[in-house]
Amino acid sequence: MHIPIETFRLPNGLLCVLSEDHTAPLVAVNLWYHVGSANERAGRTGFAHLFEHMLFQGSANVGSNEHFEFIQRAGGTLNGSTWLDRTNYYETVPSNQLELTLWLEANRMGYLLPAMTQAKLDTQRDVVQNERRWSVDNQPYGTWWERLPALCFPPQHPFHHSLIGSFADLDAASLEDISLFFSTYYTPDNAVLSIAGDFDPAEARAMIERHFGGIPRGAGKPPLPEMSLPETFGGALREVVADDVMLPRLFLAVRSPAFGTNEFYAASVCGAILGLRKGSRLHKALVREQQVAAEATAFTYDLAKGADLLVLDVTARPETTVEQLEAAVAEQLDLLIENGVTNDEIARAVTLIETAMVEALQSAGDRADKLSMFATYFGDPTVVNEQSARYQAVTTEQVNAFARKRLVPENRASLIYVPREGQEANESSDLAMAEAP
Amino acid sequence: MTAGAVASAPTEKPLPAAPRDYHFPHFEQRTLANGIRVVVAPVSKLPLVTVLALVEAGASVEQPGKHGVAALTARALLEGAAGRDGVELTDRFERIGASVDAHADWDVAAVSLTAMSTHLADALGLVRDLLRTPTFPEREVQRLKEERLTDLLQLQAEPRGLADEQFSHAVYDSSARYAAPEAGDARSVRALTRDDVMSFYTARYLPGGVTLIFSGDVTTDAAVALTESLFGDWTGDMPAAAPAGIDAVQSGKLVRVVAKADAPQSEVRVGHVGLPRNNPNYFDTMVMNAVLGGLFSSRINLNLREVHGYTYGASSAFDWRRANGPFVVHTAVKSDVTGPAVSEILLEIDRMRTDAISEDELSLATSYLDGVFPIRYETTIAIAEALANMIVHELPNDFFDVYRSRVRAVTTQGVLAAAKSHLKPDQLRIVVVGDPAQITEQLTVVTGVTPEVVTAEEIA
Repeated sequence: MHIPIETFRLPNGLLCVLSEDHTAPLVAVNLWYHVGSANERAGRTGFAHLFEHMLFQGSANVGSNEHFEFIQRAGGTLNGSTWLDRTNYYETVPSNQLELTLWLEANRMGYLLPAMTQAKLDTQRDVVQNERRWSVDNQPYGTWWERLPALCFPPQHPFHHSLIGSFADLDAASLEDISLFFSTYYTPDNAVLSIAGDFDPAEARAMIERHFGGIPRGAGKPPLPEMSLPETFGGALREVVADDVMLPRLFLAVRSPAFGTNEFYAASVCGAILGLRKGSRLHKALVREQQVAAEATAFTYDLAKGADLLVLDVTARPETTVEQLEAAVAEQLDLLIENGVTNDEIARAVTLIETAMVEALQSAGDRADKLSMFATYFGDPTVVNEQSARYQAVTTEQVNAFARKRLVPENRASLIYVPREGQEANESSDLAMAEAP
Repeated sequence: MTAGAVASAPTEKPLPAAPRDYHFPHFEQRTLANGIRVVVAPVSKLPLVTVLALVEAGASVEQPGKHGVAALTARALLEGAAGRDGVELTDRFERIGASVDAHADWDVAAVSLTAMSTHLADALGLVRDLLRTPTFPEREVQRLKEERLTDLLQLQAEPRGLADEQFSHAVYDSSARYAAPEAGDARSVRALTRDDVMSFYTARYLPGGVTLIFSGDVTTDAAVALTESLFGDWTGDMPAAAPAGIDAVQSGKLVRVVAKADAPQSEVRVGHVGLPRNNPNYFDTMVMNAVLGGLFSSRINLNLREVHGYTYGASSAFDWRRANGPFVVHTAVKSDVTGPAVSEILLEIDRMRTDAISEDELSLATSYLDGVFPIRYETTIAIAEALANMIVHELPNDFFDVYRSRVRAVTTQGVLAAAKSHLKPDQLRIVVVGDPAQITEQLTVVTGVTPEVVTAEEIA
């Protein structure tokens, strides 16, 4: 699986990636800005994401809501998302609407601030606070994705704090913050622009130069603090959360090598052996054989800076206690360290990962996003074409070495959700047993 | 260029270039002697194939007391077949990188397979085994039942899913299949046995009602030959259609609060029964819904999200089924604005019925639906699912060819007529999962009805 890729950089620093595919008359435009929640200053958790919402509120030549309206009227789809260390914005449109899309993206990269108002900020603050209530606070286990990084990264580390942010910090965000964040991070030299699909490369390049060429380079962004971390947590970490949930659920994270490093691919394969699909060890042992878990999966965060996390996500069956669940998961990790993995297991994992990569590259939008990702993290989008070989090169020795070093008890962080009422019931039944003769 | 320099970029919105032609992937249909239909859309962009095997074994045909047997049967197919147990079957699929899934929706059961085209014959051979000679091991059937009961238990603390189920329960008559969850409620699932699964399988998994849809890197001749060799000697007629009454409704207005103490947000569902997918008013109704709540730039989303900041998102949808599925507006709003948000939803529904939409709103919806058409069919799975929709709802073979011109032909008067026929303010059922202490009074004020308050357990 090889994607055609052409790369060039504008004088203002904008890295541009083109990938042609004329199967259907559609084209995807994808921008990654190399800024995420990690770049937020103290007291402004959630700001990178709130800012992402503001980018849909118009710019000097685009009215409020017109970004969405113009793209939808053109027959396109669009959205944006914020992550720990990047923010992306993307559209897929009929190929004759490419220039509209580039114009909209360039207009907000070059001319956002004149359109920013206190009223728009206040509305989007409400929207984001409702997003927080919807996806975090009013959702069972919804706080896991802010509790787990908080447990696994030390307090001063840029990945420690909440991406969605606290209500207080969101309340504190001001138009001055918008202005400063924009001029610091939303500059062409801090972005990658990818176009995938049905376009003429010479025309696309001319359009990019016309729309983005006049946007000035930024003054440079403050460097992130030191991101690297020791190979292990140095001791078991554990947090128990009594919440409005019906069943216990364990998120067990190990600190693992950063995305893109040689050791990452062994970690990724190890994760797939443990928890990718129903043929994985956790599913076979915990869900099917022992029937202590309702669901059991594993995944990596794919963090490219400092250290990554490999996470096992296991939900208990109603009759399973937290202790049983933890013991069953620990047993699987210990077994893997002790006996290692087989060639068959590696072959299964690599084949599944490779097929999933091919499937994911079917859509122009996904292709453009992958190109932006590799270009942002490694300065080189052609790294996407090396992924298959990197996975195929993984050996049992590498996976076993990863397991012996990283799956050990002193590198396990357990975030455990327990039912609020259930916990009380268990405590009272323990008490009753203690009183029995 | 230096920092602080003034940006200069074109200020005028560019005009589109000439559009390039697009056709939905060409497909062919054949019928084998035993009644199996084969639909093939050869698309050779990547070395991938998706196969969807549709079976007339959806939840709509379940007998009273056996709710959930369709979903349980479909899932249990993967647990053993032709002398292999579930672990062995899973390993066989996964070793060749194939994804396989089996599930039942209201109308049909489906086994879906996606694999690299080099492995198609092997993978489809396994699909043959699980469709034709499943063993339904007792232990695995019991485990799948327990897993469904676990899902239902989880639902009690999951406001979104709970609101959806409670809404169906509030729209349909208790005698109607649509009133209960698609995969069954706790009481019915608990009572299901392996014999129930076996009987359902025997009665419904018959080639006369089976369609195999191929999309991706395969030719029509190869797909048909493979189907013939694997399924050609399977016998059995088309099973009976779903009985009448699965969509019987409760009439009149209703406001119900499903109690979740201290909830920071209210999950809101507002709607009533809709219409079947295969109806002459489909295009007018779909465009009407796009303007009302089907798009980001729809009236309901712009009102609730962008004007009022009540929510992260609000939308409306017709759930298209063979019988009358529901029409529903869904959103989640901060508890203290639950009343005002419901009031805005009611206003928007009324407004669709009183005045014709503007030409500008119409063209936004129709140009979106027209333009986005090719973007919907980028993957083998999306193409196969579109063809499945055509088969399940018996849409004409030229449906995908005429889709865009039919969308463009919708008028503001057509939309108004669809709104008048298919939006029913006097039949609205309002279900809110939220904190009764904060929202009951608000809902009374805006609806003029005192809400019933129930607990999640009362329904589950």
